[in-house]
Amino acid sequence: MESIGVLMACPMNPYLEQELDKRFTLHRFWKVPDKSTFLTSHSNSIRAVVGNASAGADSQMIEALPKLEIVASFSVGLDKIDLAKCKEKGIRVTNTPDVLTEDVADLAIGLMLAVLRKLCESDRYVRSGKWKIGNYSLTTKFTGKRVGIIGLGRIGMAIAKRAEAFSCPISYHSRTEKPEIKYKYYPSVVELAANCDILVVACSLTEETRHIINRKVIDALGAKGVLINIGRGPHVDEPELVSALVERRLGGAGLDVFEHEPEVPEELFGLDNVVLLPHVGSGTVETRKAMADLVLGNLEAHFLKKPLLTPVV
Amino acid sequence: MNNIGVLMTCPMLEYLEKQLEARFKLFKAWNLSSSKPDFFKKHSNSIKAVVGDTTVGADAALIDSLPNLEIVASYSVGLDKIDLEKCKEKGINVTNTPDVLTDDVADLCIGLALAVLRKICVCDQFVKSGNWINGDLGLASKFSGKSVGIVGLGRIGSAIAKRSEAFNCHISYHSRSEKPNTNYKYYSNIVDLAANCQILIVACALTEETHHIVNRKVIDALGPKGILINIGRGAHVDEPELVSALLEGRLGGAGLDVFENEPDVPEELLALENVVLVPHVGSDTEETSKAMADLVISNLEAHFKGEALLTPVT
Repeated sequence: MESIGVLMACPMNPYLEQELDKRFTLHRFWKVPDKSTFLTSHSNSIRAVVGNASAGADSQMIEALPKLEIVASFSVGLDKIDLAKCKEKGIRVTNTPDVLTEDVADLAIGLMLAVLRKLCESDRYVRSGKWKIGNYSLTTKFTGKRVGIIGLGRIGMAIAKRAEAFSCPISYHSRTEKPEIKYKYYPSVVELAANCDILVVACSLTEETRHIINRKVIDALGAKGVLINIGRGPHVDEPELVSALVERRLGGAGLDVFEHEPEVPEELFGLDNVVLLPHVGSGTVETRKAMADLVLGNLEAHFLKKPLLTPVV
Repeated sequence: MNNIGVLMTCPMLEYLEKQLEARFKLFKAWNLSSSKPDFFKKHSNSIKAVVGDTTVGADAALIDSLPNLEIVASYSVGLDKIDLEKCKEKGINVTNTPDVLTDDVADLCIGLALAVLRKICVCDQFVKSGNWINGDLGLASKFSGKSVGIVGLGRIGSAIAKRSEAFNCHISYHSRSEKPNTNYKYYSNIVDLAANCQILIVACALTEETHHIVNRKVIDALGPKGILINIGRGAHVDEPELVSALLEGRLGGAGLDVFENEPDVPEELLALENVVLVPHVGSDTEETSKAMADLVISNLEAHFKGEALLTPVT
């Protein structure tokens, strides 16, 4: 398979890069000085694109690569891939579900605990020597708080399972009610927000879910409510979120994703009720290796004409 | 009961102070109206109750100086600052605040484990200092599925186990004796427990036997990929040994809520990225503090009304 051209959209994982280099003719898109010339001159040899949450395969790229057969995403999210175009052209698409479910759910709970119990703030308090002068202020209990989950897919369910162990009543909103699920369903996000203490975004990003967290939802969640986003930045109207936090109309937020990563609104930096992470939902040694192996497994299966491991299209 | 003297040993919670002031004649040991010897000369006979906590309790000296002391009500579940022997000897009742703080302490324990393994505080600092623009941080470690070893399977240890199970963690434990009604694997020796788990959690009571229960041998057994979480008492851990193990990379990381000489924390730890250090906040939430205070008040009222104590320590 060494002559098969594979285009890697951006740096994502050294192990994956190495393995792709070994098995295929790997082109690193971020090292290319003139991207459009590159696409034109390699249009006949590139048969696969490997993307991730930052860079995928948009309509323009797909059109520029007539021999493209498969887009293998190093992510479970597909918002950076023009799925309709892939379907139209018979291009296969794979992602990395399941292997990262636990890590993302763990991080969601970690964010909840960090925000409510002010873990990072109190760690900073100790490191700055302030404990010698006085005790840290009281925080908020996590156990028993009502958790509202938007999107009850693999990740949403894993978050629910964990939160239940903390005696958190679980409710959710999704496109349709799931009759086999015992959690309370709310037909609108605003109603869900009004009836929970911690609102978690765990759905996929589509045109419908863009800015699903808007001013109305934030108002419903309220001055004692906490927003946790482990989905995608564009799920949230970021300027609205920032002013709600700065004006104390929202109780707190734990955010792993932002609208324009790696840029993060600076107004959030000084807030003690906000925890900000650099999109590390699946960022563990164990999980990134498993994701990389899944990308490689899917590519090999495709080129060996075997069934894809985790096809989306 | 307004003429019953109650001595509060140190500041704990304003709400508790106010409640005590409203019902009793409250003396604040940190804010005496006269010198200590004068104070005791004048008031020691009228003091029938002491309210202590994890910082200042009721030691032999204090108990001996209060001839009419009937009850020590601790604003804590831990009893290591109370001379229980002396209280028993003199027929002094002792109460603490179990159950109401179990969830908070267990929550903090899981929070510390997640914060250490997933580098949550490091990441938060990274973003808030504007460094994400310059590139990503390295990878962290997965929490789900790790093996968790709990020292002490009481109320708090069991609550930690229950939460960890939801993360598909394998649970094992060490305690003075094996507990009949659990499915968790028992180790009669703490070194064996440490050798067979990736996250070791201290959740037992501090007694003479458990002083420095986490020593060099235990730390070596836990190893360079192991994590120690201490939500018990600082004295459970040989702190200098812990510090050198962390500095030398012989221990993978630590999440600590307690230290041997609070509020002093070993300086060498302050620069480490594989530790999370919090200022003894295990039960410090608005909800739980109030519940603990209410329990202290209820125990005192019950005692002075001749009713059954709510949470006596036997």
